[in-house]
Amino acid sequence: MSEKWNITLKVSRQKEGQTPHFDEYKMEVDPDEYVLDAVERVWAFMDRTLCFRHACHHSTCGACGMRVNDVEKLTCITYIRDVTHNGATLKVEPLRNFPVVSDLAVDMGSLYSRLEQVGARSVLPAPEAEIENPPATWNAADQQYIRLADCIECGLCISACPAAATSTEYLGPAVLAGAQANGLKRNPELLQIVDAEDGVWRCHSAFECTAVCPSFVDPARRIMDLRSQVVKERFRSLFRKA
Amino acid sequence: MDPKHNQPSPINFWKWFNPIGRQAGGWAFILNRITALGLTFYLFLHLLVLGQLAIGPEGYNGFVALMRNPIAIAGEMLVVAAGIIHGLNGVRIVLTTFGVGVTRQKQLFYSLMTAAVIAIIVFGVRMFTA
Repeated sequence: MSEKWNITLKVSRQKEGQTPHFDEYKMEVDPDEYVLDAVERVWAFMDRTLCFRHACHHSTCGACGMRVNDVEKLTCITYIRDVTHNGATLKVEPLRNFPVVSDLAVDMGSLYSRLEQVGARSVLPAPEAEIENPPATWNAADQQYIRLADCIECGLCISACPAAATSTEYLGPAVLAGAQANGLKRNPELLQIVDAEDGVWRCHSAFECTAVCPSFVDPARRIMDLRSQVVKERFRSLFRKA
Repeated sequence: MDPKHNQPSPINFWKWFNPIGRQAGGWAFILNRITALGLTFYLFLHLLVLGQLAIGPEGYNGFVALMRNPIAIAGEMLVVAAGIIHGLNGVRIVLTTFGVGVTRQKQLFYSLMTAAVIAIIVFGVRMFTA
């Protein structure tokens, strides 16, 4: 028989014209269920007006990002056992730095349009993808393979980034990571976009993006690498003929 | 619904100081902001004190005598601590920006802050026993 916990799910609610507030739902859960299961249970059995985003339930779509007890989590892979305990409260809020559409659902349009702006790719040719133990040289047969990019565009990094909290124009960690994966050598036009006040230089090295990323993109490392690329390109341009 | 709710805004700067839910890099970020503000405040205070020179030797000597009490020394100790923490945190940022220790930034932060604590203790002992 599976273990049962009694928890109070404290959900941030906000509909049009309302100020944000919390509603509490008491429920019995299996601690090995995911946080998203508890949120869905509220919608299914307690309150059909609860609005939230979800789709794949296996950390591929990036839709169910929320703040769970003040930390950004992909709720479909976050075990209830890991974020609360029996008899305790579990707080769920929408991601920060995106406009709230309703309750836990936020408008992530700004992230998607900026990813397009830097030409972030959903799939990469295998030799360009960062993989563990890559071959020293890629043979012709293996070069034909493509690999899904690690970033699932969940927006957790933008929500966790303190620099993103104060500037609407900051490209943000996911977008800069997408630009880094493209590379300035291959896409010189990216230089103007990322070498700007709201590009790589807005990052203040808090590394919160990497800490919350559920997909091991490591945006902070990529931003630092992009900075190096920017400095190298600018240095090279000094010696280039006009 | 207020369309600006939950969106980035310069007035959100106060959220920089909220440590809840933050991790090592976030704490480093918060520490850097607090110490920077403290050092900036001290700079103004320092200029104010230097202004005492304009009054003459009596005014300045009187102020220096006042600064010898333990509360004033503790205040100076805070300035030293802020300088050390901010400086060493800056070293972490410079190193990671140039690609050094990026994947080990937590360890880098903990190591530098350990060095900061040791330096602060050494300074503290010297200042309070001088």
